[in-house]
Formats: sequence, C-alpha cells, structure tokens
Amino acid sequence: MLAAGICMILLVVLFGALGPIFVDTDKAQPLATTPRQEPSWEHPFGTDDAGRDLLAVMIVGVPLTMRIGLLAGTVGMSLGVFLGFTSGYMGGKIDTAIRGTVDTLLTVPGLVVLVSIASTIREEISVNIMALVVASLAWMWPTRTIRSQVLTMRERAYVQMAKLNGMNNREIIWKELFPNLLPYLAANFTNAVNWAILSSVGLEALGLGPQNDPTLGMTIYWAITFSALIRGMWWWWAIPIFFIALIFVGLLLIAAGLDELANPKQRKAV
Amino acid sequence: MPPLLEARNIRKVYHGGGQLFGGEVSETVACNDFSLSIDADNPTFTTIAGESGSGKTTIARMLLGVLDPSGGEVLYQGQDVRDLKKDGQQRFRQDVQAIFQDPFEVYNPFYKIDHILTTPIYKFGLAASKTEAYEKIQEALRTVGLRPEETLGRYPHQLSGGQRQRITIARALLLKPKLIIADEPVSMVDASLRATILAGLHTLYKDFGISFIYITHDLTTAYQVSENIIILFHGAVAEAGSTEKVIKDPQHPYTRELIQSIPVPVPGSGWIEEDIEEKEVEDLDAEVHTSGCPYALRCPAAMDKCQEPPPFFRTEGERAVSCFLYEESPVLQGNDLHEVFRERDR
Amino acid sequence: MSVNGGNKETLLDIRGMEVHFETRRGIARAVNEVDLTLYKGERFGLVGESGSGKTTLILALLRMIKTPGFIAAGSATLDDGTDLLKLNREEIRRVRLKRVAMVPQGAMNSLNPVMRIGDQLMLTIREHAEDGEIPDKHTQLKQVEELFYRVGLKPAVARLYPHELSGGMKQRACIAQAISLNPQLILADEPTSALDVVVQRQIMQTLRKLQNELDATVLLVGHDMGLMAQFAERVGIMYGGKLVEVGPVEDIFHNPQHPYTQLLISSIPNFEIKGEFRGIPGVGLSLLDPPTGCLFHPRCPKAIDRCKSVEPQLKEVAADQLVSCLLHEEDQHAPAS
Repeated sequence: MLAAGICMILLVVLFGALGPIFVDTDKAQPLATTPRQEPSWEHPFGTDDAGRDLLAVMIVGVPLTMRIGLLAGTVGMSLGVFLGFTSGYMGGKIDTAIRGTVDTLLTVPGLVVLVSIASTIREEISVNIMALVVASLAWMWPTRTIRSQVLTMRERAYVQMAKLNGMNNREIIWKELFPNLLPYLAANFTNAVNWAILSSVGLEALGLGPQNDPTLGMTIYWAITFSALIRGMWWWWAIPIFFIALIFVGLLLIAAGLDELANPKQRKAV
Repeated sequence: MPPLLEARNIRKVYHGGGQLFGGEVSETVACNDFSLSIDADNPTFTTIAGESGSGKTTIARMLLGVLDPSGGEVLYQGQDVRDLKKDGQQRFRQDVQAIFQDPFEVYNPFYKIDHILTTPIYKFGLAASKTEAYEKIQEALRTVGLRPEETLGRYPHQLSGGQRQRITIARALLLKPKLIIADEPVSMVDASLRATILAGLHTLYKDFGISFIYITHDLTTAYQVSENIIILFHGAVAEAGSTEKVIKDPQHPYTRELIQSIPVPVPGSGWIEEDIEEKEVEDLDAEVHTSGCPYALRCPAAMDKCQEPPPFFRTEGERAVSCFLYEESPVLQGNDLHEVFRERDR
Repeated sequence: MSVNGGNKETLLDIRGMEVHFETRRGIARAVNEVDLTLYKGERFGLVGESGSGKTTLILALLRMIKTPGFIAAGSATLDDGTDLLKLNREEIRRVRLKRVAMVPQGAMNSLNPVMRIGDQLMLTIREHAEDGEIPDKHTQLKQVEELFYRVGLKPAVARLYPHELSGGMKQRACIAQAISLNPQLILADEPTSALDVVVQRQIMQTLRKLQNELDATVLLVGHDMGLMAQFAERVGIMYGGKLVEVGPVEDIFHNPQHPYTQLLISSIPNFEIKGEFRGIPGVGLSLLDPPTGCLFHPRCPKAIDRCKSVEPQLKEVAADQLVSCLLHEEDQHAPAS
C-alpha cells in the first residue's frame, strides 16, 4: 500500500515539477489563449472561460495546492507534537489545561471557523496565508492522538529505566518516546496534510482563497462561478477534481502503509 | 551514620470505585505500615516474598522513589527521597539501583542495547572519555558472564531473554551501587538459566558487598539465594527473619499454607491427593478489607482478637511473627525488622 | 502412582509430527519428528523450556497453528482411527471440545469478555449439540449448574463477566468450558502459571478430580518440574522441537537417562541445598540455525564425537522409558538417518 501511495504522489509531484519544462506556464494566466476549448492536441486539458490553458493551470496549481497542504500540515503537526507530548507526558494541570482547550475547540465546526477567519482577512489572501488559516485548525486532532499515544508509552518499562538512568523529563520525551513514535507521526503528518488540502480546497471552492493564484480549489471556484457544469465544460471541473482525488488517495495510501509499519501486529508475517 | 535506605511506616492506599450513580468509594490498602532499613556498611540480602496483590511491587516502587507513599516516608541517608535536590537525587540513583522482571520491556526497541549501558555512564559522569566508558561497559559485561563482542551493537530482539537480563545486571553494576532492588529478576527467564543468574547476584553480594532486596513469589529461589526473608500478605508483613528459619520452620499460618502449597519435585509426595483442611473452595483472591489481621478470614486458627492488627512477636533471635498465636513472645520494638536479620559474614 | 492398573489402551498415537515455521531467515522446525503415545485415563506431563515446541505441539493437535506455521508431516490418530491432523475445518470444529479440549494458559484466550460466564457455557453446549438434539433452556441451565459444582464455582458466578472474576475463578471457568462436553483428551497449557501457589494447588486438585471422574487423559504442558512431579504419571521432555526422553514420573526424576533431563532435574531449586546454583551451561539453541547431529550436543557434558553428526532416535532403554541419546544406542551400526 505504501508503495502505491508513494507512486501516486510522486507522479503528482513530478507533474508539477517537470511540467513547466514542457509547457509554458504563462498560459495559465487569463487571456493566454482561446477560451472555451475542449481538450484537444493543442490544449490537452482544454481551456476555460477566461482563456487559461488548463494543462498549464494544473501544472501551476497542483504544486500550489500541495504547498498549502504541506505548510499547513507542518505547522499543525509541529504544534500538535509539542502540545501532545507535553500534555501526555507531564500530566496533571498542564494536561488538563491543554486537553480541555483542545476538546472544547474541537466541538466548534471547523468549516465555520475557517470561513469566519478567511472572510475576515481584508488583505489579499496569498497562498501562504491560506496555509496558515488552515493550520489554525490542523493542530488539534494531532494533539489529541499524540497525547493518547504518549499516555500509553509513558508507563512502559523502558521509560522507568530511563528515569533510573538519570534522564530528566525533557530527555525522556525526545530521546525515548519520540523515536518510537516516528512511523506513527509520519502517518499522522500525512493525514494532516491530506486534511489541510481538502480544507483549503473547500474554502477556495467557496471563493475564500487566493484570487490570483490558480490553485486547484480556485479553479473549481471559477468553474462553479461560470456554470461550467451546465454549460457542458466538463474539463474545467473534472480535471481539478481528478487531481484532488489522486492526491487524496495517494496520501491516504501512504498513511495506511505507514500505519501498518508502525503497528507490527497488523503485519501478516509472524 | 544514618542507614542507606530506610522505609518508615510506609503505607499506600488506592481510592477506587465511586460509580457514576453513587456506590461506595472503595479503599484498597496495597501496603500497610511497612518498615525496613538497609545499612550501607553491613550488606544484607533480603527477600520480600508474597503472592500477587501482596504489595511487594508497590513496596519496591516506593523504595525506588518512583511511587509516593500515602503515609510514612522513604529516607535516603536520612533525607526524604521526595525532598532530594539534584545532587542528592544523583547520589540516590547511583547508590540504589534496580533490576526488573521483564528483560524485554526495559529496552527501548529503537536503540541497540548499548544505549542502556551508555546512558548511565553519561548521565552520572562515570567515565572521562568514550574509550574509558567502553572499557567499563566491557568489564561489567564480563562480570555477568557475557561476551562483549557477542552482545554490544545488537538490538534487544536479537538477544535471548537470559542475555538481556544479564545486561540489565551489568548496567546496575556500572554505577557501583550499594543496594540493588531486584523485582522478580528470573521469573521470565528459562529455568536452566535461573540458577546462573541467581548465582551472579549472589556473587555480587558475597564478593562485592552489594545489598539486595529480592522481590519474588517463588520461595524456593528465595531460599537458595537469600539470607533474610519477609513474607507479605495483602500489604502486611506476616513473618520475617532468616530464610533458614522461616522456610524450614514456618510459624505464621499463612507461611505454613504457602510452604505446603509448593509442589516439590519429588513424585508421590501426596501434594495433590491431600485434602487441605480448608473451608469449601473459597475464592482466595478476593480482596480483603479489614482492619485486623488480613489473613484472619482464611486462617484455621483465627481467634476473636485477630480483629485487631497483631504486632510483631519476636519468637526467636532471628525471627518475628505477626500473629496472636505467639503473643507469649516479646514484642519487637519499633517495628524494625532489621533486628532479626542476618548480615553478610565477613 | 501406577498407570491405571496396567490397563494401557491407547487414546492418541502421534507419529512423525513435524510443524514448521516459515520465516524470512529460513524454516524453523518447531516440532521435529515427534512420536508420542497417550494412553486412556492417564496424566501426562510435557516439559520443556521456551522454544522446545511443547505448546506448538498441542496447538497443532487442535489445528490452531497460524501462518507462517504449518503442519509439515505426521499423524495424530485417536482410538477410533480419526487422524486429527487430516481433518477439515468442519470436522475439527466438531472434534474440539467433544473429544479434545484445551485449557489455555491465560483465560483471555478462551473466555469472551462481553458475555456472562453462564451464557458462554450454554452457548458452547448449544453449538456442539448434535443436530436436532439441542437441549431446552432449562436443561442447559442445569448442565451449567452441574459444571460449576464440579469445578468448584458458586452458581452465582454464572451471572458474572470474566473481568469480575479473580484469576483462579477465571481458570475454573475455562476448565468448566473444557469439560462441558466430556472430552476424552484435555490439553492443559500451563493453566496455572499466572496463579498464586495456593490457588494453583487447588486448581490442580480440581483438575485431577475431574480427570478421574471423566476417565479422560490430561496432557499437561509446562516447565514447572515440581508441578509435573506431583501431577503427572508419565513425563516427556522436549528440547528444540524433539522429544528427548519419555518415562514414568518416578524414573524421570530419580533415574533420568538423557543428559538434558539430568541437568534439568539437578537444576531444580529445592529446600535442601542452599547457596548452590546449578544451571544448564551454554545458550539455548536457535531453531533457525540448529546444531548438526544431536541438537543438545553443544551443551552436553557427555557428548562424544558422533553426537556432532548423527541424530539420535528414541529408543526404549528400560520398562516404558524411552531416550533419544547416542550414549544409549546399543547398536554399533549407526542408523542411516
């Protein structure tokens, strides 16, 4: 499973990285070429209402969307790791405080929060700001799951042994617990990125995204705004969705594969 | 000079229960008024023996300072272990070491076994250089009968249980402790290896003068390796004294029941045919909530006065029994079992 | 302790059993060419350390070996000719509990944590009833009550869940389940290893009483020699997957023939000798890289040159006592093995 997932993501990454070599990215701008063209040899992915060549749009947009996901995922995970470890290992009041906050915030519907934040931003939303908006919610679930993992690991005999060996709490967290959680964290990170991408696409599809950057979500937004569905311009919305699906499944497979690695009992051998 | 490690009337109580819709909050006394002192200059080998639920592991953890007692205190060189500052903590951790039951769980699977040996050297500053550190490690490994070239650089799962357990002993040795608390060190090791490992512990005691507190449920190994023994039952001490006396001539009814229940490797001893003079098959593991002698509910010789907790009666020089059957004997002063114990012969 | 008055009818005949485990590093022969006969109504103790194959053997009899393990060869024939190793899924399901039952090491493996004990036993009774003969609820309840009485459980236990029982009571419940259909053979895999010494004694006494009542055969697997000495009538010693010695319990303990058995017996701690520690030298063998010839020769104090190359076979050296050791082979010609 891991292999399949990595292949898919690699494909997507290569597509975005090598694409500009073959295709002129300027064609991703409006009025670059003839509008409303069906997919053809000249425009393999067709063109949209404003004259953007969709192949070029994808080549530019896919890396952008992935960047949002990566950025949001990283920020979210880092915060989640720090808070989750601290909360899980230290216990007591710190744990109650962090856990209480997270649990309360989790009850608030994510999309509502995101929409509120996004619509409050007056300045133009750049790709990076988009990432941060999504990151503002991405840290909560990792905090919870990491915390519970740490809780179980805290009682292990090798942690006791580490204490007897003179290690202090900080050292125990980073030297003893953290390395053992790496596969789990990697899977978690993959999921965070996945979630971030989907959230950003969701926001963008509502129009709350970077207006001038052809991310996948924005492309869909334009497609909706200009009624591509009714007008039969299927290539405008189907192709971005295809890429989103590809990324989603790819990341999902990677996460599942990592999960299997992290959980030896699930493996079929001995 | 204050004793190296002293437990003064330590108690551990757990509060449980209290269901959502009322119900009693139950109190489980894991350990009730336990006292013991270990002297630095007079090494002793003491077993704390008991069945599961007797409180022996709880006591071990309190003695190691990883569990806080609900009452009483654990003193390291006269100071409460909870109050130790960084300096004191270091010395405490060096002087009092531990060996655990599971020779696999104590290893972090992420690291090679070297990790468990290099960490204490680094943290306690036991070597000036990497070379010196490895020299010490190799020496320690050889002391426990292992070959460094066969063990260093390997991952825990690549070694056998016996090897892993011996490495933990080597680790304990690196710090040159004065006291090692060994919690069931051989129960998860193959029978053929147990003797070797116990022999190793015994040598450390006899030749290196390290005191031991050996926690186990297996009285036969206790007899083999230990000079003194404390028999625990549901958090209270039933009997204590020299192993020779307590095991060969048990006085407390519980000790008697224990010894009788051990299957001897001599066929035809009648162990299985004998009808135990028992009331009908009681549930022996049921928890005991009582303020008197915890064994009274089961004891064939129970009397009315057993509702009160019995003090220690010193029935002879090297033994004390907590049972009213022996109230003719003088009461042991101050609860200090230390007095009935033997020390290592010089 | 005599073996049921000399009336030795065979219940189970195991011939040439081989159980292999396929790993990335090669094939491990967990059970290695084992021949063993179990008689009706006897108590047999199977002794071995970790890796000896004793647990694998009984799991194989009940066809509970999971991949990458598999039964590579051999037969295990009951008195009516049924070969346990050749039955299909449905046949094995019917044999389990009705003819061959198991008392496992931990009750966790046998008791359903979300069912009350009484309900579990009744379910077992229903599931194994012959078609058309499912007893009514009242009869089932009576049967359960009777089972409880026989294993020493109070009737009130029927309404409890496993986690509400103590270790000893859970084990009694497992025994109740094991005997519920009056099996001919009870395989007990270290049933008391997690229990306190006093509880252990009571459980073993109960087991023995039941065995007498059912006239069943009990195969007790374990490594506690003391327990074997007190419970078993015949004992078999396993090492590295091979059966190295079999005999009446008195002979095994007082006159062991195989060097491994001898070392094993002498390493048992007892209350006679203090301060002397006798173990078995050397390191346990690796099933993936076993020694050539006799598996025990690297650690054997009596090994001779031939032991490095020739695999010994089980031979009868005294009445009912079989040993697998070259020192006991009278034949000068080495059997081509």
